[in-house]
Amino acid sequence: MPTKKEPIWIARELSKCSGCRKCEIACSLFHENRIWPEASRIRVFMLVPGTEFPHFCAQCEDYPCVQACPTKALSISKRTGAVLVKTKACISCGKCIEACPGRIPHIHPTENYVVICDLCKGDPQCVKVCQEGGWNVLKKVSRRNRHYKLYARTPEETARDLAIKMYGEVAEEFL
Amino acid sequence: MILGYAGKLLEVNLSTGKIKEVRFDDEVLKNYVGGRGLAAKILWDRLGRKWETINPLEPENKLLFLTGPLTGYFPGGRTCVSGKSPQSNGMVGSTVGGEFGVELRCAGYDGIIVSGEAEKPVYLFIKDSDVEISDASHVWGKDAKQTVATLTKECRGFLKKRFPKYGEWKEPAMVYIGPAGENKVRTAVVAAKWAHAAGYGGYGAVMGSKRLKAVAVKGTGPLPDVADLRKVKRLIQVVNDNAYESELWRRWGTGAGGYEFGAETSSEPVRNWQDEWHDERSFGVDQFENRVWIKQFWSDFGCPTCCLKIAMVKTGKFKGAITDNPDYEMQAYLGPNLGIFTPEENVFLSSLIDDLGLCGIQTGNVMGFVAELFQRGILTKKDLDGIELKWGDAEAFAALARKIALREGVGDLLAEGTYRAALKIGEKKKLDVLKYAVQAKGIGIGAHGIRSGKDYPEAISYVCSVQGGDHTSTTGLPLDGSSELGEIFNDSGVFCNFNSFGVPRRVKFDFYQAITGIELTRKEWFNSKALRILQLQRAMLLLGGPDLKWNPKIHDVNPPRFYEPLPSGPYKGKTAKKSKVEEEKRRYYEAVGWDKNGIPKTEALKALGLEDVDRCLEKIRYEANA
Repeated sequence: MPTKKEPIWIARELSKCSGCRKCEIACSLFHENRIWPEASRIRVFMLVPGTEFPHFCAQCEDYPCVQACPTKALSISKRTGAVLVKTKACISCGKCIEACPGRIPHIHPTENYVVICDLCKGDPQCVKVCQEGGWNVLKKVSRRNRHYKLYARTPEETARDLAIKMYGEVAEEFL
Repeated sequence: MILGYAGKLLEVNLSTGKIKEVRFDDEVLKNYVGGRGLAAKILWDRLGRKWETINPLEPENKLLFLTGPLTGYFPGGRTCVSGKSPQSNGMVGSTVGGEFGVELRCAGYDGIIVSGEAEKPVYLFIKDSDVEISDASHVWGKDAKQTVATLTKECRGFLKKRFPKYGEWKEPAMVYIGPAGENKVRTAVVAAKWAHAAGYGGYGAVMGSKRLKAVAVKGTGPLPDVADLRKVKRLIQVVNDNAYESELWRRWGTGAGGYEFGAETSSEPVRNWQDEWHDERSFGVDQFENRVWIKQFWSDFGCPTCCLKIAMVKTGKFKGAITDNPDYEMQAYLGPNLGIFTPEENVFLSSLIDDLGLCGIQTGNVMGFVAELFQRGILTKKDLDGIELKWGDAEAFAALARKIALREGVGDLLAEGTYRAALKIGEKKKLDVLKYAVQAKGIGIGAHGIRSGKDYPEAISYVCSVQGGDHTSTTGLPLDGSSELGEIFNDSGVFCNFNSFGVPRRVKFDFYQAITGIELTRKEWFNSKALRILQLQRAMLLLGGPDLKWNPKIHDVNPPRFYEPLPSGPYKGKTAKKSKVEEEKRRYYEAVGWDKNGIPKTEALKALGLEDVDRCLEKIRYEANA
């Protein structure tokens, strides 16, 4: 288990996701103090039934979203490695979304800023509920010098991979 | 305003294209809660006085999609579908799992009332307060999986186009019908997520009669505000912790039932209920788990249990068939009830039933009924358009299911469901075939028999239920223990009762109070609120019409089969006893305030403020006494 001070990463085993969306519930309760799936920083996509998966920041090693931000609203937390959003500086221009290889950030449904996983200051709530339920799709690990960017994939790409892994070639009909 | 509600319903008239919002007084919401309860209120207010003349498959019927205050908060999201039922001609609160109810509440609606009928196939697309009636010609005739794929893509495309800067859009939640619903098959479902269905009631046919292929909704708001969020969070944890400790329930879901309800409790339909016992190990949960489950835990919004699994046949004749577990009801009705005892054949049939938009219970019931008539030589191969309907022949049953969904040949007759088909076949063959029909008030009985006395339903469970053969709304005494009044709470709060197993009984009422801020005691629920909903449902059931009417003296009975002794197994010889049924029925009538003819009494209705219901029942009281 990583210590509180060190940068972390959330390891993910997407094909085990049950689609229970408890991560969305926990995330939105923590950040918004209500159950609000669309405002959750982690969102479960179900483009093909049975292949639900959580879509959330991969904390790429080169942080293309941070570099793309024209207002310096995005920064990197030294403590956790998370991308932090200065909500007042963000202008919802969507440049970070375009820069993200997985098009992961999205605009808050009612506020004028983008939402990105902030790793809950090092204690990710989504991981807790996922572990508590025994699904273990999400796991908190120490951040190492790895190619986390590989995990920044669009929902379409991930859905396709998972559907083919699960259903084989018939998956083409569902995509 | 009461907390926990979005505060308004959407009303769509498909004949005129008019869309409006409707609101209900706090008093109505306090009394009827949501889902099944609110459906009873809406249907009674709008159709009650002319109930007997309303054809469920004509535009004057209403189709309701309702949530409740607990939807999205109590773990395990569901949506309640209702209207005048083309099966019972009464009203059924039929629930379906999935995210639809949650999305609807996040879009700002507690429900949708659909009336009229569209000229051409349409679907509704709701994005928060934007509601569109869109053309569905391109998906009309398409099966479940094609429909989900096409509309998911299409709706995400619309969202992307209209809100290009939002980022990636999650799929909207959807309910839809398959070809069976389009063809107004009375055993058609309102479905979600390939394999989820609101089956009881036959509302797929109502949706089809309105030419409404699907409803898709994306809500970007939060769930409605609650009175005490801290308490709600604590209660969610109580339900979660309870589920996490139920290891086998989570691991197997209801999937162990296909073997156990046969071998252990002897209460599983086998060959149209000619038996209720089997101990075919080929149908054990281990066989399903090891051979066909490709995902062990599959769940709906907020669910800690994951009683669903995903099954796929990977080799052989049925390669490529995909469905959920199948769950126990599908295992039983598309398995032993048809003489089928292998997971692969069971998955194949369940998958086909999903794709066609049929109800596995009702269709399995009517196919079992027909197979018995074939076994007895009452129906021949010629009667069945050349299908040799032998027990255990999955492909023969698949051919029949396709005919039913498309109302082709003999399928047109069977598409009317077991009871109506039995009347017609009996007439044609000049024989009483109703004795082989295992149903109650037009609704095929769920896969839990009463003869062994070892399963949960009781002697009068299906006899007196206002939802006929619905195994999720069985009734009995005491009222605050075994009656359907408890189920009415689940279906009105609209949440999954599977997550309440093992949870202290007050928890769901605590949920209600923490969400709405309104005190609700068990006593208040069982003595007045639930009873009021029950009386409305009973009144609508007895008013019935126009094609069928129920007379409690004739129809408040178990199917004749339940009085035949079990032919084999550990409970061989056991059967339901008519004297016991009559005695319990008498006590039940008394407890719920029905007269000796099974009709709600004037004083019982007046005590609940249902004077108008009382007036409408005068005629049938008179007829019953004549």
